[in-house]
Amino acid sequence: MSEHEQDAIVEDGSSETAADQAGHEEALHVEAPQETASHLHIDRYEAAWIRISVGVLVVFMIAVTISSFAIGIQLPGVYDRINPNELYEPGSPFAEPGLRELAPGKYEAYFRGQIWSFVPNEIHVPVGSEVTFYVTSQDVQHGFKITETNVNVMVLPGQISTLKHTFDEAGEYQIICHEYCGQLHHTMYATIYVEEDAPVADAQ
Amino acid sequence: MAVSTVPKTGVAARVEPVPLTQADINVADRIAGTSIFIAASALLIGVTLGVMQGLEHVGINLYVYVQPWVASYYHGLTMHGVLNALVWTTFFIVGFFTFAIVRSLNRPLRWPRLNVLALIVMVFGLLLAAIPMLSNNATVLYTFYPPMKADWTFYMGLTLVVVGSWMAGWGFYATLIAWRKEHPGQNQPFIALTISITMALWQLCTLGVAAEILFLLLPWSLGWVSGTDPLLGRTLFWFFGHPLVYFWLLPAYISWYAMLPKQTDGKMFSEPLARLVFWLFLLLSTPLGFHHQYADPGIPQAWKYIHAVLTYGVAFPSLLTAFTVIASLEVGARARGGKGYFGWIRRLNWGNPSYAAQNLAMVLFAFGGIGGITNASFNLNLAVHNTMWIPGHFHLTVGSATTLTFMGIAYWLVPKLTKRNLFAPKLALAQAWTWFIGMLLMGNGLHLLGLHFGAPRRSMLGSAPYASADWNPFLYESVVGVIFLSISATLFYVVIVGTLFNRRLTVPIEMPIAEPLDPTPAPKWLDNWTPWLAGAIGLVLLSYGPMLYQLIRDMTMWSQPWRVW
Repeated sequence: MSEHEQDAIVEDGSSETAADQAGHEEALHVEAPQETASHLHIDRYEAAWIRISVGVLVVFMIAVTISSFAIGIQLPGVYDRINPNELYEPGSPFAEPGLRELAPGKYEAYFRGQIWSFVPNEIHVPVGSEVTFYVTSQDVQHGFKITETNVNVMVLPGQISTLKHTFDEAGEYQIICHEYCGQLHHTMYATIYVEEDAPVADAQ
Repeated sequence: MAVSTVPKTGVAARVEPVPLTQADINVADRIAGTSIFIAASALLIGVTLGVMQGLEHVGINLYVYVQPWVASYYHGLTMHGVLNALVWTTFFIVGFFTFAIVRSLNRPLRWPRLNVLALIVMVFGLLLAAIPMLSNNATVLYTFYPPMKADWTFYMGLTLVVVGSWMAGWGFYATLIAWRKEHPGQNQPFIALTISITMALWQLCTLGVAAEILFLLLPWSLGWVSGTDPLLGRTLFWFFGHPLVYFWLLPAYISWYAMLPKQTDGKMFSEPLARLVFWLFLLLSTPLGFHHQYADPGIPQAWKYIHAVLTYGVAFPSLLTAFTVIASLEVGARARGGKGYFGWIRRLNWGNPSYAAQNLAMVLFAFGGIGGITNASFNLNLAVHNTMWIPGHFHLTVGSATTLTFMGIAYWLVPKLTKRNLFAPKLALAQAWTWFIGMLLMGNGLHLLGLHFGAPRRSMLGSAPYASADWNPFLYESVVGVIFLSISATLFYVVIVGTLFNRRLTVPIEMPIAEPLDPTPAPKWLDNWTPWLAGAIGLVLLSYGPMLYQLIRDMTMWSQPWRVW
């Protein structure tokens, strides 16, 4: 770079001398104090805190991503829609909902939510069963939460909600409606009996 | 912060600042006083109903004594939610903002009549919604999910409350714009800027609920169309529902950042960063509503995941706030002689009820924030969605961070507005601590009920057949909290009503405005609305556009209206 070019840069103002700069800033302080601060000053400790905050959030995001897409703890997604006024039509799986065995240890369970009960209100499955739940509502919004599991889904008229769960421990699991659905909302629940070597019997 | 004189810059076409007269102050303060009076009255009814809910959970059913005023647990719960979460917050915020923007700019409201009209519209809306709500014709809870149908006046009334709050916001924008014309080259004062950002955020997000009500619920509740689409309704509601919580929270943040340090002799630590925090809230509060719909059918996981990432994004400005606000308070405590790594905490202005209430609110918000990050965590949400964990969470956030902060603000604002001394400051201090202890106990109990047992929210648990004896220790813990809270609420009203009849103010009160620690003004890019507003709208279009398009394209008006109470 020739000296001439360097001079040009100085004249452009991109590399003023320290003295010039100080004088310039002082003048600006009097006239328009805002112009002096063009970048954000961040305290040393605050900068460290920012790094920690971003780091923590990134780690959380990675953990959630792995548990969801690698380990497979899935959220409900899109399955299918159904007209709530046609649940009793021939061919509708919700006309006579209940448990169906697909293969040994594999089941699908259809539930109809309605004010203020689930139909069926109990099912029995053997320990180790993998059950896929299909739920819809014939009236207002309901909720479908199976205690002690990750099965937790909203039940909306017009939509079929689905989630899968493997019951590895025997016992009684409650399905609780957890969305307000009217006067007797608090009485709306059903029970899943997970039984050791039990014959599979579908109540209702 | 409030700059009344400007150095002569010689810039042409400068508009002379309009001086703030006593008459201007009176207009703003009358609006503020009326709004806050309505807010506090709503909260009085709201908390009373809350106490009844808490007692019901342990088998003490008071509803039999209040027939037909409170017809059922759910009738009470609807009023509890609407009055506390919507009326107390919105009216207090509009009142507080009207008071504060005038002080921050040291300038009269640009269009005072618009702000008066705004309040009239809000009050009219409240009365319209109150009729069906009080008469048990809108027992749909404050989320009013279709196809449960309230009387149409309920939807109409809530819409008018929102429209009134928009108009108040327009009045604030106009005032800020007028100030900018009068002060070219100067950064917008912090409080006026953050008030306007909060109202802009509110304006953007309430478009969702406005669309739900105007296009789905009103025509349907009037019988003009026969059916509605519940999933689309929920989606539009939650477009609004999450930024709603920032609308509750940001006024508390404004007080914590810009007022509270002053109340303990502190200064604002890194004021420019605080401005960045509010811009980030404007940018990120709205495009993440699907995190309230993680458990919904009909919305693809991919969209839920995108919203989860954005939700983590909006946690970032809150984490920044934790540092900056605490640092600002520490500056004050050290100025007051505080020493040591943690010893300075004792030297904060704990004897002042306004200060103590807000600092305790902040502590509770730390727990609320951690719980909030849990809720936001995609599939982890399945463990807590719609369980008692959720009311546990939002009683620490809107019920504490917001409400206890507003109570703390009221301890200087009500004496200021009424020109009377605060009645019984010691009782006010006891109020803050009892609220703190009560919320800790209730919050803890409710969180654990949800986490351990999946106890559902919004449920008359004292009468639920599935309630188990294992729940009792946590229910009792929460009801001890409720007892503390009812003492606290009583003290609050004793102090406020006592203030109304107290002696004339002996020492004049001014709005506390914390000076920045470093007087270097924020860079220009933190004073410019265009990129942030455009970014916020752009992000909303990107994060909601495709899914909303699909939901509207596939809309099915299958659901008939139901009255289920």
